[in-house]
Amino acid sequence: MIHVENLYKKFGKNQVLSGLDLTIDQGGIFAILGPNGSGKTTLIKAILGMVIPNEGSISVLNTTIKNKWKYRQEINYLPQIANFPGNLKVRELIAMIKDIRQKPSEEENLIALFGLEPFLDKKLSNLSGGTKQKVNIVLTFMFNSPLIVLDEPTTGLDPLALIHLKELIFKEKAKGKTFLITSHIMQFVEEVSDEVVYLLEGKIYFKGSIEQLKTKTEETTFEHAIAAISTYNHHD
Amino acid sequence: MRSRWSYVYFLFYLLLGFVLLFLNNELSKAVITLMNVIIVLVPLIGTIFGVMYYYNSKEFTELLLAQPIKRSSIFLGQYLGVAGSLTMSLVLGLGIPFVLYGLFQSNAIWDFSLLLITGAFLTLIFTALAFNIALSNENKIKGFGYAVLAWLFLAVIYDGLFLMSLIVFEEYPLDSLSLAATMFNPIDLSRTLILLKLDISALLGYTGAIFKQFFGTGLGLVISICMLLLWTVLPIWRLGHIAKRKDF
Amino acid sequence: MPALLLVHNMRAETISVCSSCTVTSIKRAVMLSADYDTILVKKGTYREFNIQINKPLTIKGEDYPIIDGEDQGEIITILSDNVTIEGLFIINVGTSYTADYAAIRVVESENFLIQNVVLEKLFFGIYLEKAKNGRVYHNKIIGDAVDEYNSGNGIQLWYSNNIVVERNIVQHVRDGIYLEFSDNITIENNISSDNLRYGLHFMFSNDDVYKDNTFENNGAGVAVMFSKRIKMLGNVFKKNWGAASFGVLLKEINDAEIIGNTFEENTVGISIEGSNRINYLRNNFINNGWAIKVRGACYTNSFVNNNFMYNSFDLAYNSKLNDNIFEQNYWSNYTGYDLDKNGEGDVPYRPVKLFSYIVNRTPETIILLRSLFMDIIDFSEKVSPVFTPDELVDAKPLMHKFK
Repeated sequence: MIHVENLYKKFGKNQVLSGLDLTIDQGGIFAILGPNGSGKTTLIKAILGMVIPNEGSISVLNTTIKNKWKYRQEINYLPQIANFPGNLKVRELIAMIKDIRQKPSEEENLIALFGLEPFLDKKLSNLSGGTKQKVNIVLTFMFNSPLIVLDEPTTGLDPLALIHLKELIFKEKAKGKTFLITSHIMQFVEEVSDEVVYLLEGKIYFKGSIEQLKTKTEETTFEHAIAAISTYNHHD
Repeated sequence: MRSRWSYVYFLFYLLLGFVLLFLNNELSKAVITLMNVIIVLVPLIGTIFGVMYYYNSKEFTELLLAQPIKRSSIFLGQYLGVAGSLTMSLVLGLGIPFVLYGLFQSNAIWDFSLLLITGAFLTLIFTALAFNIALSNENKIKGFGYAVLAWLFLAVIYDGLFLMSLIVFEEYPLDSLSLAATMFNPIDLSRTLILLKLDISALLGYTGAIFKQFFGTGLGLVISICMLLLWTVLPIWRLGHIAKRKDF
Repeated sequence: MPALLLVHNMRAETISVCSSCTVTSIKRAVMLSADYDTILVKKGTYREFNIQINKPLTIKGEDYPIIDGEDQGEIITILSDNVTIEGLFIINVGTSYTADYAAIRVVESENFLIQNVVLEKLFFGIYLEKAKNGRVYHNKIIGDAVDEYNSGNGIQLWYSNNIVVERNIVQHVRDGIYLEFSDNITIENNISSDNLRYGLHFMFSNDDVYKDNTFENNGAGVAVMFSKRIKMLGNVFKKNWGAASFGVLLKEINDAEIIGNTFEENTVGISIEGSNRINYLRNNFINNGWAIKVRGACYTNSFVNNNFMYNSFDLAYNSKLNDNIFEQNYWSNYTGYDLDKNGEGDVPYRPVKLFSYIVNRTPETIILLRSLFMDIIDFSEKVSPVFTPDELVDAKPLMHKFK
């Protein structure tokens, strides 16, 4: 599904990714974790082609993505900051994205699911953070694509919406889709993810299931395991 | 954002056009005043709108970047959106009052069309420069500052330096130098282009043969327009170039 | 005198000239004629030159007969008083570097009339040499001059007095109309255009009037030099473009009146050198590079009620102001206000800009015309004059065009 090889990326003097290798197979939910500034978002953006790597290659669905853009048709992406053009109405935004993707979409069910009907004719600038995030989720899930990338999907969501989100994720996973998720909410990660990819200092520090992680760190809870893995490093 | 501001801009020009004609009661004088507006204000507005639009729509840009759209199309689209609506506002905003006033019956029509053409060029050029600056500067305040500085440089400082060097080197033959210096500043270039129509008699009072050839024949017009085109194409090309390499 | 003429005319005979007549050449007709006879030249082509008219005669063309000089030399020379030439089409005057051959020359004669004559392919056109009391009326002179050194003037007056030059059209010669040492001349309603050098060239000639003429697109415009008491009224000076071009050049002109003229689209409207006591009234200066350029000392000139409109520069001054007056002119560049509504601006107008000084010093700087930088500099100079003469102002600039 995704194959990343020897990826380097530097922002100014700050080396964010240094020789990262990663292979993600089709199907399943992969949580990308790591301390702040470890390069999670950079990795995701590199896969999406928003960040141009200094070195290394990335292929998605068996094609290298350098200077390509059509492959994004096969990716649904939920960005971290749901900040949309303020003077657009929700309805217009959805219509615009549909217009760009030119793919069948099923936004009605999603709008109903998240109770967004009353907001459809409101401008995006007038929405609360949580509502914006719901719109963001609708935009992400309304197309049927094999790869779904979620950057902090839980931000600002109320418990009900969070439940709906999880349901959505499992439903799509059941269809054999691949997920890349980053999140700071460990409980959420533990609930949804099949595998954890832990980034540290621009490299994959750990990749495996939560059970494997627990075994490796000799911790009983996921949260502690994650905490331990980051302190591991400091002892080295 | 785009649409609201371009309406304001459009109304501004509409008002300006009517006020100018109302106050002057004469087309030729209005055209001269307009020239000042066009070579000073149009670049400034193009610069400010370009930078503002770029920074304000950053999130929107990121949203689009994750979509299956070619990068260069996103940025060129945004650029053309801003530059295009500014140009339309300019042309329509000034065009309507002048046409209502009886431009087509007047022989000022060529001067006026030339004004609008240079105005359109300047909008395209300065919006492209602004986009370039904004793309190269993550920091909004910095980008804004650089853009305004760039405008200030091209609109005022450049001419000051130009004048000083002409006076310092006055013993040397300077006409090709000064023509060349004009070519490197789109504002000066547009100004000369308009001067070719408005002040030809003054410009021909100058003794240099190269000036005479430049201003006295169609050569000046052709070269100026070519240079303006180049000035438009280069920043746009660079825009596409940086956009391809930029991280978001 | 007219009574005397009438008496002569009653006795006069008419000799016809044509290819089938008994007289087939003008020369022969002149030879056969008696004083005050009329020679009627019928339609046809006459290859003749050096026709000397030494008695009072009227030579009249019917349907514009062509007199072709075949580039041999001068064509008609008038050596007698009371000669009238009318309705001829004269071509191919000889060109020479030693003699100024003319199509029609008047030498030391009085009471002549040259009218409705068409001259083409000429060297000099109508040449009045020490002539008096004559009239050059409604002629058309179309030259084909290319270089100054081998071309002549359209209408030339040399030591001639009391002559009226009216309604002539002169094109493509060296100087359209040339006057030297000629006094009391009236030049009226002529159109002199596309000439190599000057539309009108005027030297050492006093008490002359020129009125309602149009001078357009001449190499250097009109030059009026070393003359006194000239009146220039209602003329139009247009489109004289070029490094050394002007609408009018006034050099060493004293006590002149320049009233109601229009200067439009000239590099320089009026270029003034060492000219004193001139009244400039009600003239229009429109779209010139410089409306007025003053060089050298000029005293006691007054500029009143003129319209200065859309000139790149209204005034260039490279010497002291002396006692010249600018008052109640309309300046399109004026930005002041008129609070007391008396039609005159409350703030004086300064016609000389700093930029005009800079251009005088370094001509290349003209390329910065109308730039924001120059506007700023000019503005600061306007607020506190440093370089421009402090007293050079129009204290009562008009708010509206003078009509």
